[in-house]
Amino acid sequence: MAGGKEVKTKIKSVENTQKITKAMEMVAASKMRKAQERVEAARPYAQKIRRTIGHLAQANPDFQHPFMVEREVNRVGMIVISTDRGLCGGLNINLFRKVLGELREWDKKNVPVDIVVVGRKAASFFRRIKDIKAEVTDLGDQPHLEDLIGTIKVMLDDYREGSIDRLFLMGNEFVNTMTQRPDIQQLLPVPEDEDEELPDHWDYIYEPEPAELLESILVRYVEAQVYQGVVENVACEMAARMVAMKSASDNAGDIIDDLQLEYNKQRQAAITQELSEIVAGAAAVS
Amino acid sequence: MKLHVDLVSAEGQIYSGSATMVFVAAELGEVGIAPRHAPLLTRMRPGQVRIQQEGQEEQQFFVSGGVLEVQPHLVTVMADTAERAADIDEAAAEKAKQRAEENLAKADDKTDIARAQSELAEAAARLSIVKKLRSNR
Repeated sequence: MAGGKEVKTKIKSVENTQKITKAMEMVAASKMRKAQERVEAARPYAQKIRRTIGHLAQANPDFQHPFMVEREVNRVGMIVISTDRGLCGGLNINLFRKVLGELREWDKKNVPVDIVVVGRKAASFFRRIKDIKAEVTDLGDQPHLEDLIGTIKVMLDDYREGSIDRLFLMGNEFVNTMTQRPDIQQLLPVPEDEDEELPDHWDYIYEPEPAELLESILVRYVEAQVYQGVVENVACEMAARMVAMKSASDNAGDIIDDLQLEYNKQRQAAITQELSEIVAGAAAVS
Repeated sequence: MKLHVDLVSAEGQIYSGSATMVFVAAELGEVGIAPRHAPLLTRMRPGQVRIQQEGQEEQQFFVSGGVLEVQPHLVTVMADTAERAADIDEAAAEKAKQRAEENLAKADDKTDIARAQSELAEAAARLSIVKKLRSNR
């Protein structure tokens, strides 16, 4: 029964792995729910700010902030959102592939791309192919806007100075638990949207100047968008991890079944052999 | 005549409901907003937002700045979750850049190669066990 023991140990080790993957699956499931709630919670702010920008643009049709004006594209900026940890299926890789596709597109047009990253995975991936302008990692499961401000500001400053002419946000979009889609979104210039027309012409009382106000509102708008992207990416991460861990647990179950069969066969073989030895022995004696 | 008040921050909705009067610490001083107030757009200082409702106790919230938008029957308080000031933001941006540079300096392909090698070794070991099991059958 020497072989049998080896198989038994192997079964034990696979069982232990399965316990871990099962636990991770359940943890990811509960974290996913919380992350989804945070995505929902972030939505009103972005909507309200969007509406205010719309009102402001309508009240002052002639006034244009650089953040809202399209200009010729000589250089673009990208904010890439990834996870800090792995074990979440192809989530990051799918996104990076999409980003690489974008990079190639811009490359064809001879437009250089600047990258800032959120999350450790993107940091270690893009470090090999590009210079990263700024990064923020280790945001944890509950990212805070506060931690993102610096990284976003690097890009906003570049845009203001004219060293980039367009800013994109790349992250995963949460479709449902099974599906997460890499998504690209233009942050700057702020895309036009068709707002409902306000009935009368009216204007705000501004404190301080409209230009200054619009500036701080637009900065907050971009930050809110990025924050939302980051929170949504956390939800995606948890969903992807949950699915990955579920299939890992299932695979472990299959392996255990195979090994168990193997063990039974070996045990049976050993018993048969022992029996035949005894029978043969008895036959020899009589 | 009532006001509808939305108090939101980037990380969540804090308050949404009707009110008879709202007080906010605007940049040029505290403002009290009653229904049919003229449209106003202003930045806020860190301070209290007080919301008064009929027949109810006044509710108080602390905000660390943000933007206030007033329309005749709609008050939107977009609160910041973090302390904001030009130099604080500047410092944060500087830090984000520094992190990227530091990691670039200590990034070496050696660790990546070492990791890949150890993964390969592990996979090979696994494969040999599977093969052994299969051949035993």
